[in-house]
Amino acid sequence: MTLLSNNMDNGCFSSPRHDAFPAGLRVLVVDDDPTWLRILEKMLKKCLYEVTTCCLAIEALKKLRERKDAFDIVISDVNMPDMDGFKLLEQVGLEMDLPVIMMSVDGETSRVMKGVQHGACDYLLKPIRMKELRNIWQHVFRKRMHEARDFESHEGFEALHLMMNGSDQSDDGNLFAVEEITSIKKRKDADNKHDDKEFGDHSPSKKARVVWSVDLHQKFVKAVNQIGFDKVGPKKILDLMTVPWLTRENVASHLQKYRLYLSRLQKENDQKSSSSGIKHSDSPSKDPGSFSLLNTANNKQQNDVAIDSFSHSDGSLLFQMDAPSHEGDLKGIVSEPTTEKSRTPPISSQMSLNQPFSSLESSEASHAVFDCTIPTQYSWGEFPKGPLKEEQKTIVQLEDSFSHLPLHGTRQHIQVDQSQSNASINSNPSITKEEVAPSLDIKPLYAGYKNDYVSPMSSIGSAVDTFPNQSKSLIVNDQSSEPIFTSTLGLKTHGFDLDCISDLDFYQRNLLLGGEAASAPLEDDLNFFLLQTDWYNMNFGQQNINMSECYDPRLVGEAPSYFYDSSDYSSVDQSLFIA
Amino acid sequence: MDRNQSRRQVAAMKQSLFDQGLLDEQFIQLEELQDDANPNFVEEIVTLHYRDSSRLISSIEQALKERNPLDFNKLDTLMHQFKGSSSSIGAKKVKAECNLFREYCRVGNAEGCMRSFQQLKKEYAALRKKLEAYFQLARQAGPQETACRSK
Repeated sequence: MTLLSNNMDNGCFSSPRHDAFPAGLRVLVVDDDPTWLRILEKMLKKCLYEVTTCCLAIEALKKLRERKDAFDIVISDVNMPDMDGFKLLEQVGLEMDLPVIMMSVDGETSRVMKGVQHGACDYLLKPIRMKELRNIWQHVFRKRMHEARDFESHEGFEALHLMMNGSDQSDDGNLFAVEEITSIKKRKDADNKHDDKEFGDHSPSKKARVVWSVDLHQKFVKAVNQIGFDKVGPKKILDLMTVPWLTRENVASHLQKYRLYLSRLQKENDQKSSSSGIKHSDSPSKDPGSFSLLNTANNKQQNDVAIDSFSHSDGSLLFQMDAPSHEGDLKGIVSEPTTEKSRTPPISSQMSLNQPFSSLESSEASHAVFDCTIPTQYSWGEFPKGPLKEEQKTIVQLEDSFSHLPLHGTRQHIQVDQSQSNASINSNPSITKEEVAPSLDIKPLYAGYKNDYVSPMSSIGSAVDTFPNQSKSLIVNDQSSEPIFTSTLGLKTHGFDLDCISDLDFYQRNLLLGGEAASAPLEDDLNFFLLQTDWYNMNFGQQNINMSECYDPRLVGEAPSYFYDSSDYSSVDQSLFIA
Repeated sequence: MDRNQSRRQVAAMKQSLFDQGLLDEQFIQLEELQDDANPNFVEEIVTLHYRDSSRLISSIEQALKERNPLDFNKLDTLMHQFKGSSSSIGAKKVKAECNLFREYCRVGNAEGCMRSFQQLKKEYAALRKKLEAYFQLARQAGPQETACRSK
């Protein structure tokens, strides 16, 4: 875009606040060591940055949440008493999508590696030098550039409108370099006293970028599956997707997120085999777990890993649900963490139905379902804990239902390959929550999902709650339709705050739901969403779509569109679409 | 005492701290951060460090008393924090002792831990004493003292 390039040429930071960039960079420093906190504060001030200090991770998160656009970058120590620095890192990345720098007195390679894996954009060793701090602005700039690129390719995008609405400072009123928009947005947010205003959407802190709508994501997943998960590449995907305004970069970044998400889910699942409680309880709204797709930006690295996990033997992501019988265990699909790990019943219905599903009528839907994974992310936050259980079931159910589908001849294993990098999808027969969790991770991949999109998905998520029995189970299982996404749907109203899910498990659930659901769970939506092929038609825009209304019960019985277990989506998607 | 002489003394004292390997580059960084807005920045930081580090030393001491068996993980965590704090002022020797202690923890050598800790306390006390003398002299010599080191 010329506009963009012009802006960029001028240094997108021409808006008043950015004239002096990087001076005025708003940094949040988190460190339990009071001595270092003071030193860093002084150092950063010397760099002419605006510094805010915090000695507790929890407090830092609180600060970040209450003023979404109040900070440009976060610097955090790795070892803190109240929360693991890596965890904070993840959450910040997911929820706020800010660059995070880790620091520690311990420079062991494995630690640094872990930092990078969790999304840190840098890892500094103590004692930290002034010159190291002087350059931290590059991370902010880099991020903005990426966003600008995404944004650029998304001209007609809704986000653009949002941006336009929001950026009254833009000269051209349209496409600004994302940096500018972002900064404008931020400034506006800051100027407006941190009101969570959104530029027309629900993600106040989300910058404009390609919004990966359910529709778009479905195409993406479809393309990925067609190509074959292990052979996938942005160019190939782009070609298959045939979306004119989409650029290779958009796809690449989305793919990265996807992979990262999947792998993280996998990891989470592995780690939390019993993390039953998805933090629904804490969730609502501040659950770091809930991560909005938009936040996936930080998960790029993870994406790659995630992708690996999907490499299913047959190319499809199999959600392995440990469930003894697919049926009941499909729950696991919904990465609903709360649902207890056990829920990962082996999804006999093979989530990966991608191929097999083709025979299903709902195969389309399935894809859609998986595509929806993205949105599910949002819903995490909103997931009511309780329903999660159900959700899981629902998901499982989906699988079960699958069995009823013509496909069921095909693999009966829906393996959620949670292990991120290793695609040993098959190797994880027990898709417990943990497993699911990884899938949740996938959600972050869809950072691109703006809140708007989330809506649909989220509605799904929320819909889950209200899903009528049948519909609930996204999984189209004929059985008890436990609301699959009730919990996962926890769509957040804003910006995909998957608060509900504090841990990945939750995410998983949301995976399916991926939507930022407005407070009201759109279980019905979700169900509907999943179950049908043209779930796209769902009113995504409405967060609180009451699926029940539009939900056609028979959908439930239809081809089990892929469960939208948010977390599972990633894997499911993968499997489904990995042909 | 004549000002220049005081200042020279302060400089000499500081230099010896470096020469003895008690302090490293970080201390200089702190001095460079000192400015009109924070004229006593270095001392302020060192004081913060003392507070934090003495608390940690007590904790480690306590943990070492709970012997059978020693909780190496806990000790390692505490020492990690102590090391972080020590690194903030550039306490070179103390930091080295921290590493040694952690190594003993890693291999589960209780005796080694105890010995190392004793040594660490000695180094810590020695540095603290010297720094206090240093600051006292520096205060007497006047504020310019700390800023005169060229890098």
